[in-house]
Amino acid sequence: MSAAVNAATAPDLREIEAFLTHEAALLDEARYEDWLSLFAADAWYWVPSQPGQRDPFETVSLMYDDRRLLETRVRRLMQGLLHAQNPRSAATRQVTNAAILETPPGAAVVRSKFAMVEYRRNAQRIFAGSYIHRLVRAGGALKIASKRVNLVNCDAEHGGLVVPF
Amino acid sequence: MPDYSTQSLARLVQPDRVHRNLYTDPAIFALEMERIFERIWIYVGHESQVRNPGDFFATRIGTKPVVMSRHSDGRVYVVHNQCAHRGVQVVAEDSGNAQEFRCCYHGWSYHTDGRIKNIPLRHAYGARVDVNDPKLAMVQVPRVQSYRGFVFASLAPTGPSLEDFLGHIATSLDDMVDRAPDGEIEIAGGVFKHGYDGNWKLYLENLLDAAHPLFVHQSSIEAAKVQDDAVASDGSGEIAIRQMRQNGASYGFWESQVGIWTYPNGHAFLGDYHDDAKLVAAMKDPNFRDYIEALEAKKGKAEAQRILEVRRWNTNIYPNVSFMSQFQQFRVVHPISVDRTVVYTYNFRLKGAPERMFRNTIAFANVVNGTGSLVLTDDLETYGRVGVGLASAGAEWLNIARGADTDKPDAHNGRRGKNSTSEIYLRNMYEAWLQYMTGTKPGLAAAAE
Ligand code: FES
Ligand SMILES: [Fe+2]
Repeated sequence: MSAAVNAATAPDLREIEAFLTHEAALLDEARYEDWLSLFAADAWYWVPSQPGQRDPFETVSLMYDDRRLLETRVRRLMQGLLHAQNPRSAATRQVTNAAILETPPGAAVVRSKFAMVEYRRNAQRIFAGSYIHRLVRAGGALKIASKRVNLVNCDAEHGGLVVPF
Repeated sequence: MPDYSTQSLARLVQPDRVHRNLYTDPAIFALEMERIFERIWIYVGHESQVRNPGDFFATRIGTKPVVMSRHSDGRVYVVHNQCAHRGVQVVAEDSGNAQEFRCCYHGWSYHTDGRIKNIPLRHAYGARVDVNDPKLAMVQVPRVQSYRGFVFASLAPTGPSLEDFLGHIATSLDDMVDRAPDGEIEIAGGVFKHGYDGNWKLYLENLLDAAHPLFVHQSSIEAAKVQDDAVASDGSGEIAIRQMRQNGASYGFWESQVGIWTYPNGHAFLGDYHDDAKLVAAMKDPNFRDYIEALEAKKGKAEAQRILEVRRWNTNIYPNVSFMSQFQQFRVVHPISVDRTVVYTYNFRLKGAPERMFRNTIAFANVVNGTGSLVLTDDLETYGRVGVGLASAGAEWLNIARGADTDKPDAHNGRRGKNSTSEIYLRNMYEAWLQYMTGTKPGLAAAAE
């Protein structure tokens, strides 16, 4: 691929920041189906259980969804009979410090920092860490090929984690 | 704190019901720690966690912090994680390897079997300390014994042997180990640590509760049922979705194909539930075919068949372990307080099995035991709601009667329900509980105050 084509298709930081903000807003508003539509057809979503975890296949993960399981996760989140979300959580996310780590042709690997406050039934929890998005261009739009969520306390004792980060 | 006499304890546990205070009263919790967790055999860890001399693993017996270690003599020790000088926690890491354990406060150091090694300013004590005093140490837990690599310890110097304590339930530990072609298993793949605001007993009870998945796990069952299987999966989602669908089995299935067996001391297992074919699509899954080949090559066809036909689902070893051999899952319950519990869940790797078999273990752990799983999160929610509900002044007694008219005696000193929906496992745990709590368990009477 020529440098000219790459330059034309690779997302720039401004576009990426807008995309991450949009993604966070969809999650904050619990629009999970719209959130799912941001992911590519063979995407994965991963929340490791250990700092610096190398892969999701040899070590357990707080969440590791291939595209098929991510669809099921989202379908469950949309259900009325989901006990762990009855009552529902309210959540808000801040995404900052976005930086492009790599730019393979037509794609970008982006690291950002996030903080999420989740409130449910008189209890508030704070989660923070970094996101690693691999973003690709598909039919003009950006899609998430993969998203890794590094929680600063990924190896702590947690209550149930239901709302995606 | 109310004082519980033997008679008042006995009134709390009746054939068809138990009193809600068992889950809510801090005085009961304190007694449970003293008379159950600090007296009987408690699972501490697995030998694979302390393979080499100097390896250590910090954990708890009940609420007491201890360290399991491999000493230079090759033996496994369990010592109290407390400095003999001023009582400071000595080992601060969860696991690792050490030449010695040294206290951060004034530098007293200990051998990895807990004996004192060096005391700074030793001369200033004169004859007032005796380095050969076993109490001037990270004090050793009096009884430590391993069964096929599973390390149990008892804080009581005397009592029934580990073999007597386990009885027939030891065959479930055999099942965990026998499935390894090389006859050895090891803890691998990290750990899940999850907590809930509820009593420790709820966890063990739920793991043998065949009547809960249809309701508690309804959301994941419904979501998995309609999932399009043509969507991309690297295998992880495939295993997860199959398990969620299986949770949706009807009562008819639970009543006709699944049994529950209980044994003395509170132990029990659900069995005959999934066969391996249902769970890992045995014959269609090339990993599993390779695994059976490896097992047959090492053990012979007949023995391999015998091993694979042991079809147990969850086994509970009362009071702190629940495990599952078909996907090598092992859960350890840590009571924190009467209304707070933390559970650590581990995975075992089958030595000599194809590498990719372990991927199935991890995928299964993520869906069944994962802190962010689509399944476990509804169990955790339920434990929390039990905690809230029991604080009410409504029902004083909790019902444990289902199936009581049709329970029957079984081999190996056991009893079984007519089918898996019997609450015999609850009645069995409470029978053991009462024996422990009142000191009427044979061999424990002498230890009871
Ligand atoms: S308390 Fe440990 S050395 Fe003083
Ligand atoms: Fe469950």
